[in-house]
Amino acid sequence: MTNDQLFEYTVRLADNALILGQRLSEWCGHGPVLEEDIALTNTALDQLGQATNLFKFAAELEGKGRDEDQLAFLRDVTEYKNILLVELPNGDYANTIARQFFYSTYYYLFLRELSKSKHEFLSAFAEKSLKEVKYHWQHSSDWVKRMGDGTEESHTRIQKAINFLWEYTGEMFMMDAIDQAALEAGYGVDNTALKNEWNNIISAILNEATLEMPADGWFHKGGKIGRHSEHMGFILAEMQFLQKTYPGAKW
Amino acid sequence: MMYSEKEIWSILEEVEDPEIPIINVVEMGIVRGVKINEENVEVTITPTYSGCPAMKTIEDDIAEILREKKIGNFHIKTVLSPAWTTDWMTDVAKEKLRSTGIAPPEQTSGDKGLLMGKVRDVSCPRCRSKNTQLISQFGTTACKALYKCNDCLDPFDYFKCI
Repeated sequence: MTNDQLFEYTVRLADNALILGQRLSEWCGHGPVLEEDIALTNTALDQLGQATNLFKFAAELEGKGRDEDQLAFLRDVTEYKNILLVELPNGDYANTIARQFFYSTYYYLFLRELSKSKHEFLSAFAEKSLKEVKYHWQHSSDWVKRMGDGTEESHTRIQKAINFLWEYTGEMFMMDAIDQAALEAGYGVDNTALKNEWNNIISAILNEATLEMPADGWFHKGGKIGRHSEHMGFILAEMQFLQKTYPGAKW
Repeated sequence: MMYSEKEIWSILEEVEDPEIPIINVVEMGIVRGVKINEENVEVTITPTYSGCPAMKTIEDDIAEILREKKIGNFHIKTVLSPAWTTDWMTDVAKEKLRSTGIAPPEQTSGDKGLLMGKVRDVSCPRCRSKNTQLISQFGTTACKALYKCNDCLDPFDYFKCI
């Protein structure tokens, strides 16, 4: 695996964490109840912390003098390599929870495998983050059950979110040349191998929640190679505003 | 070097956790190592949570106290592995938590039931009743969950296991 490929692999992980963290942060002050506001912002904080760790490492790999903030705030849209699922708008609470549930289930399994990586940093990062993601999974799966097995309104909304987001879940399990190189080097994870276990966990929770599991069909893809939905530009416009208007501004 | 490693450890015990000042950073298990190489001191720290906003303050506070003690030549290194766990909190620290109204972690992080949300009974830090109820897995800081006591009716923070 080349240095450039490892950089790319790390940036993909970092961008997933950063963009999901940014999306969840949008709920700050808007949560349906105080406890949920706190839960989502705590989850966002974990994601942003993980993104910082990854960007620091990516910056060292790159060795061009960029730091974690420059990587987070000063790239253009096609240079971001997050999957499409995490950039989708929050929608209603059911939609945010369904996205978090799909992603946290995947991310938990992914990190569990990544913690066995031969790469010292990647395994340390995974070991650390896994502990946090357990709580994200628990929180989101609890809410899927509560909404699915709740009122007619909550059931309808979470089912609608699950059906809508399903087409975006396939990208998590795709492999390309970079994933393959990371896998062959003993650094990365075989995403395709996670799909079965993911299906089983999702199916068990949806079943308990009295919800229907959609059938696999066509899946959206492109985020991993920088081909994003129209939503991505709007996220960056908000996220990068300060650093682009006042370059180098410090807190 | 005018100090031994042991002495540096006790100097670091003067650094409070910025979010729970009753506990110091050594008791919290945040300081992982102290190494003296001739005139240079290396202090290794690890974050409780990846996004813990207190880490910068902790690093600054450690730097400040080392300078105060006339140790000019030091390096503070942050490591992610081994990942911080509540198992590293000392019993003294756990008692201090309880005395300040925060229920200390009740089980070791390796417990299998944890992922499935099977938390052992958390006892109320005020009346010690085990008749308590989880309100939210996320509390006032990244490391705490929110509980309520069904007997004395007080809400309280629980330092969750990771």
